[in-house]
Amino acid sequence: MNGIHDLGGRHGIGPIVREENEPVFHAEWERRAFAMFAGTFVFAGYSVDEFRHAIENIDPAHYLESSYYEHWLHAFEDILVKRGFITREEYDARIAKLVKNGGNDVVDA
Amino acid sequence: MSKPVSKPESDPAVRTRALESILVEKGLLDPKALDALVDIYEHKVGPRNGAKVVARAWVDPEYKKRLLSDATTAIKELGFSGLQGEDMVVVENTPEVHNLVVCTLCSCYPWPTLGLPPVWYKSAPYRARAVSDPRGVLKEFGTTLSENVEVRVWDTTAELRYLVLPERPADTENLTEQQLADLVTRDSMIGVTTLGSSAPTSASKH
Repeated sequence: MNGIHDLGGRHGIGPIVREENEPVFHAEWERRAFAMFAGTFVFAGYSVDEFRHAIENIDPAHYLESSYYEHWLHAFEDILVKRGFITREEYDARIAKLVKNGGNDVVDA
Repeated sequence: MSKPVSKPESDPAVRTRALESILVEKGLLDPKALDALVDIYEHKVGPRNGAKVVARAWVDPEYKKRLLSDATTAIKELGFSGLQGEDMVVVENTPEVHNLVVCTLCSCYPWPTLGLPPVWYKSAPYRARAVSDPRGVLKEFGTTLSENVEVRVWDTTAELRYLVLPERPADTENLTEQQLADLVTRDSMIGVTTLGSSAPTSASKH
């Protein structure tokens, strides 16, 4: 697929930005999103190819603007909804609930 | 083309929290398993593993031979294998050839030997230019090669991961294998830098 992800040789993308002593993760949510790959592909039964395909389907402008683990998050959402493990409605409702509570988790463990 | 489930402007931290909490409630996900994975890749797996592979290859010619002919097996000898390192190829830098690794399509990287990739490796600018202007990219990393050094760029795939075997710095004959490993940097194993002729006394890990 010749999409926005196929970046090799593309011009005008800008300078390479590096960070000295870069941490492995830049936020707590990145830790959770990273681990959710191994955590979800086991029960959902998707492959790395399907995961990448979901990332490659991200809106091109958003693909370039969003961070790496946001790409992963998009793929989880896409695959888990498509495969019926979550519904869009319950997911959006949970997001709304969390936003209303200032991001605090209101869910019983 | 599928659209994102939630609006792109939603905070990724909130979306991640929402997703995890739903999956945990449904009994599909164990948060403790996520904690364990994070701990492994944040604290246990990293470029120090790859550095041990490089140092061993420098001191043991037989090991180096095995490493260059069957990297996956040779790396496993030192205890490094698993996710995103299932099929490895090691490419050797020499006075004539310099190797550089990229993943133009995404972010593939040898996790067992280098850990998780830095942001710049996964970023659009590096992926775009590593293949079209490798010498320019190398210069940005402070690496200037002589014009007669051939630059080979390896585009990683989901199936195959590359590790660069940097040249052993000069004047390191008296160093132990561990001291040699301490000289090896992550960036030298991606191929964006060389180790030059580091004075052994100023060995650093950056």
